Amino acid sequence: MKNVWIICRKELKSYFASPIAYLLMAFFALIFGFGFFTATRDFVRFGFMAQMQGRNMPMNVNEQVIRPLLGFASTVALFLIPMITMRLFAEEKKTGTIELLMTSPVWDWEIILGKWLGALLLYLCVLAMSGINIALLFAFGKPDWKPILIGYLGLILQGGTLLAIGAFISTTTKNQIIAGGVTFFVCLLLWLLSWFTAFDSTGYGSVVNYLSIVTHFEGFAKGLLDSKDVIFYLSMIFFSLFITSRSMESLRWRA
Amino acid sequence: MIKVQSLTKRYARNVAVDNISFEVEKGQIVGFLGPNGAGKTTTMRVLTCFLPPTAGTATVAGFDVLENPHEVKKHIGYLPETPPLYPEMEVTEYLTFVGRLKGISSADIDRRVGEVTERCAVGDVRTKLIGKLSKGYRQRVGLAQAIIHNPDVLVLDEPTAGLDPKQIIETRELIKHLAGDHTIILSTHILSEVEHSCQRVVIINKGKLVATDSVENLTNRLRGAEAVALEVASSNGPLDPAMVQQRLEQVAGVSRVLPREAKEGRLAFEVESLQGRHVRADLARAVVNAGWNLNELRAVGLSLEDIFLQLTGAEKTTAPKEG
Repeated sequence: MKNVWIICRKELKSYFASPIAYLLMAFFALIFGFGFFTATRDFVRFGFMAQMQGRNMPMNVNEQVIRPLLGFASTVALFLIPMITMRLFAEEKKTGTIELLMTSPVWDWEIILGKWLGALLLYLCVLAMSGINIALLFAFGKPDWKPILIGYLGLILQGGTLLAIGAFISTTTKNQIIAGGVTFFVCLLLWLLSWFTAFDSTGYGSVVNYLSIVTHFEGFAKGLLDSKDVIFYLSMIFFSLFITSRSMESLRWRA
Repeated sequence: MIKVQSLTKRYARNVAVDNISFEVEKGQIVGFLGPNGAGKTTTMRVLTCFLPPTAGTATVAGFDVLENPHEVKKHIGYLPETPPLYPEMEVTEYLTFVGRLKGISSADIDRRVGEVTERCAVGDVRTKLIGKLSKGYRQRVGLAQAIIHNPDVLVLDEPTAGLDPKQIIETRELIKHLAGDHTIILSTHILSEVEHSCQRVVIINKGKLVATDSVENLTNRLRGAEAVALEVASSNGPLDPAMVQQRLEQVAGVSRVLPREAKEGRLAFEVESLQGRHVRADLARAVVNAGWNLNELRAVGLSLEDIFLQLTGAEKTTAPKEG
């Protein structure tokens, strides 16, 4: 476990030594801030209209602001994650430093877990940018904090899954652009799967729908903690990291 | 310390290393000599547990590379052909990372990093980013990385490739200093490199073991025959190349005379002697007695290719093949 932490720290340092970490955080803060602005503006406008018409409309910050915002964040993450994972292994393969890691007395799984954790921690830093906006809601309103927490847990699990898939793709190439591009494509595909099957309730349809990363996030966005979704994400993470280790092992045989 | 037995490494189509066996004793510096593509790097990668062998066994410090790679890795320090450096890290930061990865405890790490920075003379760039370092410094940081956990065995893949002459000498000195504590294998395709730094030499070509011997024995074997570059000019009027060549061939002990490019009235030849004969004095005398000017006379070192040909006993005309 010590080695995992050593590698994780090195990954984090690399991210923050280059502009990529700051760029991603700034980019996310900007986009999320824009989403936050439109969501709250609509919410306030809706409130004014309800008052002017004298009707008593149910108003709920959690339902009307935070839930769509979290869904928005999960979509934005699809675009950010390839930029986080593309360098994980591809860069080390290109510069030859993978040889250092693989000839050091550490197990492959320690390398993979360390790198994945490093990427996850950067993703958390990026997500933390949205905390500014959520804090504003707490300053001027009284949202319920429990669904928010569950929503963030969902974002972390979804991010962890996509990061693990991205890590696997990064082991298959020396070219960071290809790693990033393919990861983006796969993320997009996993997101789109739910569209294809929206009106399809046959056996295949439900299977494909189950595989969509986004369908499992909907529960979390609502503030529902469903063990089915948690298990889906955890097993996806485990599976992706497992095939990453297989892919790394195959490097030894093919290199 | 290192024991390699009928080691074979096959890639999809080609055989990179074919049935190689050799042993290295504790404290020795062994030169791994061969042209590019001979299988040097592959053998080293097997020894460092980066690649598994296809057949045969290799043990390092008593541990098998297939059965106990974790222990082997603890006892081995490896400098690949391009030093595995992270350009975004500072030198000290990098060495600390590698040291921790190699299992040095956090209590000892600062002391060890201090020791290797001093030993490899990288103290003055300690706080610089690796990406900003010159090639010579990078190579030394690479060496520092390899010895940080004080391994029994050091594997250095072309440690002097791409360095300028001054850096080459410095690196050689450094390697010699390391020899006392570590068993070292270094690969190179330069013959003089081996003569300078190593006690034993393992020569491979096209994946096959050509010879393994002490450096002294090998150089004696190779020095037996002499190759001499010779340039002759006339003092009056043009010279007939055929005549000169004939005259040179008559000198006792000469095995053959090869004409080289001639330039403005001067004729150049390469003369090879028979085994164990020294012909330079006789050659000079022959030229001067014939009334020609002797512009140049110098011993030519044997090229790596010649060595392989000599060692494998192949004929120069038939041997060269695509490699």
